Amino acid sequence: MRNEKLAIKIDDLTVAYDYKPVLWDIDLKIPEGVLMAIVGPNGAGKSTLIKAILGIIKPIAGSVKIFGKPYKAQRAKVAYVPQKGTVDWDFPTTALDVVMMGTYGSLGWIKRPGQAQRKSALEALEKVGMLAFKNRQISQLSGGQQQRIFLARALVQNASIYFMDEPFQGVDATTERAIIKILKELRDAGKTLIVVHHDLQTVPEYFNWVTFLNVKRIASGPVKDIFNDDNLTKTYGINYKVAINP
Amino acid sequence: MNITEYFSLLFTDYTLGVITLGTAVLGAVCGMLGSFSVLRRQSLLGDAISHAALPGIALAFLLTGTKQTHFLLLGALISGLLGTFWIKSIVKKTRLKNDTALGLILSLFFGFGMLLLTFIQKLPNANQAGLDKYLFGQAATLMVQDVYVMIGVTGVSLFVLLLFWKELKLLLFDPDYTLTLGFNTRFLDILITGFIVLAIVLGLQTVGVVLMSAMLLAPAAAARQWTNRLSVMIFLAAIFGAFSGVLGTAISASQNNLSTGPVIVLVAAGLVLLSFVFAPQRGLLARRVRFYRNRKELNLRKTLSVMYHIAQNHKDISHPHAIKILNNFHGYTRKTLNKLEEKNWVEIRGNQWSLTAKGYQEAENFYKPNEAIQDI
Repeated sequence: MRNEKLAIKIDDLTVAYDYKPVLWDIDLKIPEGVLMAIVGPNGAGKSTLIKAILGIIKPIAGSVKIFGKPYKAQRAKVAYVPQKGTVDWDFPTTALDVVMMGTYGSLGWIKRPGQAQRKSALEALEKVGMLAFKNRQISQLSGGQQQRIFLARALVQNASIYFMDEPFQGVDATTERAIIKILKELRDAGKTLIVVHHDLQTVPEYFNWVTFLNVKRIASGPVKDIFNDDNLTKTYGINYKVAINP
Repeated sequence: MNITEYFSLLFTDYTLGVITLGTAVLGAVCGMLGSFSVLRRQSLLGDAISHAALPGIALAFLLTGTKQTHFLLLGALISGLLGTFWIKSIVKKTRLKNDTALGLILSLFFGFGMLLLTFIQKLPNANQAGLDKYLFGQAATLMVQDVYVMIGVTGVSLFVLLLFWKELKLLLFDPDYTLTLGFNTRFLDILITGFIVLAIVLGLQTVGVVLMSAMLLAPAAAARQWTNRLSVMIFLAAIFGAFSGVLGTAISASQNNLSTGPVIVLVAAGLVLLSFVFAPQRGLLARRVRFYRNRKELNLRKTLSVMYHIAQNHKDISHPHAIKILNNFHGYTRKTLNKLEEKNWVEIRGNQWSLTAKGYQEAENFYKPNEAIQDI
């Protein structure tokens, strides 16, 4: 392990809807500075894991520590990119306005965003290649552009840990390339990124850390060590052959 | 009395002035707060709340024995809040969906309220009649104190709205994200829902239990059509609401036997209809016009692209060709050709046409792929 400091430490995390467990007794250690994929079949609890870490869903047991402290004390260090489909894109607002929302957390209650916040939002828009669309109504953006806006909103938060729920869902190849480039830059700058990911083909190319999840934690570690047929089969239940060059 | 007489009386007749001011303020506050219901996709919550207020009115009468508006509305407020609370906890604690919870509470409370009303009507008490005015409202009973209360509530809700503008906007757009930024979404939810309940209760006297939700939804739905900015939408919704109130009161005061509440709601519904048809960009008419205009433009370009392909076969792009070689299969009509000449894309000499440099460029651009978003 190139970095011994833990960004996230999860112990015995269990989440259930009624009596049905969605996540069962998860232990997970995520070192600082990794770009990590969470993979697993539909219903494996990937999004739920992120939401439980972020306190959006209340776990029935377990603890989550971010840099050694509870999440509530570390909010400022954490940014979240929800699934694109969770919001109403016909909401009456502009791209710039959505990105500005990333500054609201550091502003706190009541205080309004000013020139400084506007400036950092514009910088984030430029970073994701969307500056030209800053005044565009958000419903008039393509799926890929909307995803870029969500990424920009998280970038503005200037966090140490980024949680992303399927950032590549429904985006074209250009946007996927653009997003992964930014994610790798963030990792190289020492940030920790946790990404719910569906495309197994691209895991070795994009990520250096991976967690296999299917209600239980199957395996977690460096991609080069644990991204293999054995773990894929354990996670997906079928005999899996990785036709990928590692 | 006709409408012009009404407006001349408006400033001299005290009662009429009070009623008009009351309905205007009510319309404004409902439009403002209704925007939040509409954008949170909780449009039916208002309907459930207003119906849930009915048993509160009846119980307040049974307990106090008076028909003083303030006591009755206090009862309405309590039972409205209770209904809202139940709806929210049903959704949270059972697997029932939002619409089911709304329907359940709405009919349960309204049924109980109706039961109490019929019970009250049979009481041997001279003071009993008149509670049923809360079903459809009776603007004529508005007193100046009622209007003061409305203005007070409007002022406070406007203040809170401006104070928590940033947080409320965030909550409307992305509640989960709001939570991760450290804002207490429960508090914000209670705040905005509380004001919506308050506005509904204030409107019961004027518009009544049954139609109250239209006062919340119609101005907001109409306003959404005209703008893509939240602040403008809320402002417009308030204006539309106030306008419905004033015009509705005017129409009902100038005709006999037209009760004010339903007329106000119909005026608001008229605004919705107008907005759906005539709003720029989102309106049906504008979309239709855009469709035809685009089709025409496309036809022009289709003809131009045929010319472009013909011209490509020659060294000189402006080499003249016979008009005859263009035919209907390529979307060509004489009119199209004239349009193309107007745009300086082609030149026509006798029965020959030739492409201009500008036209050639235009056709070339037409074949370029869409402006792709930047790769970074």
